[in-house]
Amino acid sequence: MSYDRLTRPLVRENGALREATWAEALDRAAEGFRRNVAEHGPDCFAMLSCARSTNEMNYVGQKFTRVVIGTNNVDSCNRTCHAPSVAGLSAVFGSGGGTSSYQEVEDTDVIVMWGSAARNAHPIFFQHVLKGIRNGARMFAVDPRRTGTAQWADLWLGLNVGTDIPLAHAVAREIIHAGLHNEAFIERATVGFAAFKECVEPWTLTAAEQVTGVPAAAIRELAHAYARADRAQLCWTLGITEHHNATDNVRALINLALLTGHVGRYGSGLSPLRGQNNVQGGGDMGAIPNRLPGFQDILDPDLRARFESAWGAPIQPRYGLNLTQMLEGMAEGEVTTCYIVGENPVQSEADSLACAKRLAMLDHLVVQDIFLTRTAQMADVVLPASAAWCEAEGTFTNSERRVQRVRKALEPPGEARDDIWILCELARRLGHDWAYDGAEEVWDELRSLSPQHRGMSYRRLTELQGIQWPCPSEDALEPPYLHGRLWESDPERRGAPAPFAVLEHSPPVDLLDEEYPLRLTTGRRLDSYNTGVQSSGFASPLRRGETVELCPEDAQRLGVAAGEDVRITSRRGSVVAPVFIDPALRPGLVFMTFHFPDDVDVNSLTIEATCPIAGTAEFKAAAVRVEKLVKAG
Amino acid sequence: MIPLQPPRRLIDVQIDDETVRVPEGATILDACRAAGKDVPTLCHGDTLTPKNACRVCVVEVEGARTLAPACSRKAEAGMKVGTGSERARHSRKVVLELLGSSVDLSTTPRAAEWTAEYGADPARFGADAATVEQPAKVDNDLYVRDYSKCILCYKCVDACGEQWQNTFAIGVAGRGFDGTISTEFDAPLTDSACVYCGNCVEVCPTGALSFKTEFDMRAEGTWDESRQSETTTVCSYCGVGCNLTLHVQDNKIVKVTSPHDNPVTKGNLCVKGRFGYGYV
Ligand code: SF4
Ligand code: SF4
Ligand code: FES
Repeated sequence: MSYDRLTRPLVRENGALREATWAEALDRAAEGFRRNVAEHGPDCFAMLSCARSTNEMNYVGQKFTRVVIGTNNVDSCNRTCHAPSVAGLSAVFGSGGGTSSYQEVEDTDVIVMWGSAARNAHPIFFQHVLKGIRNGARMFAVDPRRTGTAQWADLWLGLNVGTDIPLAHAVAREIIHAGLHNEAFIERATVGFAAFKECVEPWTLTAAEQVTGVPAAAIRELAHAYARADRAQLCWTLGITEHHNATDNVRALINLALLTGHVGRYGSGLSPLRGQNNVQGGGDMGAIPNRLPGFQDILDPDLRARFESAWGAPIQPRYGLNLTQMLEGMAEGEVTTCYIVGENPVQSEADSLACAKRLAMLDHLVVQDIFLTRTAQMADVVLPASAAWCEAEGTFTNSERRVQRVRKALEPPGEARDDIWILCELARRLGHDWAYDGAEEVWDELRSLSPQHRGMSYRRLTELQGIQWPCPSEDALEPPYLHGRLWESDPERRGAPAPFAVLEHSPPVDLLDEEYPLRLTTGRRLDSYNTGVQSSGFASPLRRGETVELCPEDAQRLGVAAGEDVRITSRRGSVVAPVFIDPALRPGLVFMTFHFPDDVDVNSLTIEATCPIAGTAEFKAAAVRVEKLVKAG
Repeated sequence: MIPLQPPRRLIDVQIDDETVRVPEGATILDACRAAGKDVPTLCHGDTLTPKNACRVCVVEVEGARTLAPACSRKAEAGMKVGTGSERARHSRKVVLELLGSSVDLSTTPRAAEWTAEYGADPARFGADAATVEQPAKVDNDLYVRDYSKCILCYKCVDACGEQWQNTFAIGVAGRGFDGTISTEFDAPLTDSACVYCGNCVEVCPTGALSFKTEFDMRAEGTWDESRQSETTTVCSYCGVGCNLTLHVQDNKIVKVTSPHDNPVTKGNLCVKGRFGYGYV
């Protein structure tokens, strides 16, 4: 299904959406917010900010939430993918960004791609990996599926879904027992090694082989190669983060970097690859419930004071609700109004039916988007926005923390308007007169408040084709990697040590049994994207619609052939999809995507078990059964 | 351990009568461009290892017996290069005549200008010299292969193969005069390994490979570069942050290229970045 662009504002009347003027739609939107806040206080409001919009939009969006409404309830779809990376990295290093640049992957000795089908999901990042391989680096792929990425690897470690922690622990134990850990680095730059050592001790190669399904020799080889390398990059994607214990998974990988000293040096680091064009930026701009712009902690009173004086408004001294908590708040009637910018939670959340039910309980829902998505169809007011990347000015921040200019190349269709203009019009109706003369002025305000971004003027961003944060000064550039401080000999300059994490293995929540014997894992295909709203706009010769991918053995056992429709059922829902046979899968493993939710609502199968720290759901591990459809009659 | 490149030294090269300073490892072409000289090139691609297949870029190097392809020969300290000598100009003229007679250069940027500048007369070999003439291959909605325009520079093969994409969907079939660019068994692209990244289209110097939109608009007579704007922005899909240059005509994106000097993209894109903008 392909969507038409929204060109006029819509308001709900007698249960249906009808076209309206901008003035009417904005008045209705603002009035609903005012009414709810007056009745229930500011925390009844929740904003979902857009990880696909510009940094500038996200900055104004979180400012709207904090200043105009007076709550910290702002979050983004970051929650559904990489919040665990941010949570894990910031817990260890105090900063939630990936630590390396893409170029370093070309100049490293060992590349570990863990839970990442980058060849398909991040093809241009993978070109840097291929350069690295051609330059002589060894590459290891850790993934339940033998993906296109794994086909380029020196060694593929095909682990059972959800056994990343046992595998990482076994790698760590092997490194320690072989005496390959970096004692000097551990001593100087980390804490908690003794407890960590104890917690990995039970994970012998044999024990890990039994739980993970990876042969002991392969685990040993990865351990030795990673530890012996002069430089090594550890990269991961949603295979790590879409689990009920995702932050622990991330911490397990970071433990390996701390153990070997593969962080904080050129060519050695940790790279979570982001799924949406501006997830990194959305968080950096403060569109998350616990951080002010520049990734600054809301609980720090001095920081709050700076923002309060700059914005002329008080900031609540506590964390707001994250996306998962917002949805719970809706169910409990505590969140009664919601402003959603460019997100489609009805189709992107796990257990999608439950999500729609919750949104339906709101008193007032405003959706700002470029399409009338399933989520927008539920709104009381729909505000047609411009497409951030080609109809607006601003910046995005990519997975290597590079802030790059986005420029307007097209006029938006019909009456669609720039996100920032819409936000400012709503703010004005609620008593805040923000007159930004374009995106650059927003950016300069952000730069005045975020030391990480201070040195990044638009002029400089243009000249240098983007700058990686941190960039505190207008006339210097920092190294492309983070946390070089850990290698300083002067303890003062070395700063806070990086803590090892003590972690327990916790298998997927949705257990396999006789009724649901197969493990469904989900992911992305090369030519399609998430809920398919964007990528349905072009006729890809590669697209074949939603299918359920089975390995040849399982297909044979179930007596089903390629192309044949089968029923896939989990403890939550049931869908029908045609079979695709993929020898890259192992017996017991089934694969689907979310790209065609209008045809096959795969998220009605996934489980809403969420990571308690980051709130991300376990999209990667549902228990299902696959049945041959019995023909009627 | 993989050694990092040491920092490069600068060397002095004499181009015509001017001394220019270029980093060690630069080509003669780099030095010529640094000196502001316009040396024609066809098979040279700034993101690819030079193949020196076409020889339209030849220059005279003092002390050398033969003419040197500027695009691939490294500049050396103290080298004296003549860019516009009689011999070099004559050689370029013949190359342009041979190519122009056998291949359709109508969409090759600057081909007409160079043909005039060097006084080349492609018509002198007669009409039957158009040896590569054939119908355009239109087998998918994204890009078209019109091999009547192919000069066999192999840039597309390098871009699809080990230099960038590593998909190896296309290669050279046949030998010598029978050499052509082809998919395996000459299958349609839709039956090949092609992943529609369009990186081959990006490097093709002649327009033999082109966006379907461009191909159709040229056929309709509506393609008009003078009315197009080019704006570089960032892709709206995954978080890698690829840079796209949007070519816009009448408020519509008609094709997407990628800046070759960008540290993220280096001129390459995937199918979504290259072709997936229909939704706006
Ligand atoms: S589009 Fe990409 S994969 Fe297809 S032939 Fe061209 S370079 Fe190769
Ligand atoms: S199709 Fe283009 S890039 Fe490929 S060999 Fe022919 S002219 Fe060169
Ligand atoms: S451009 Fe130098 S040989 Fe073709």
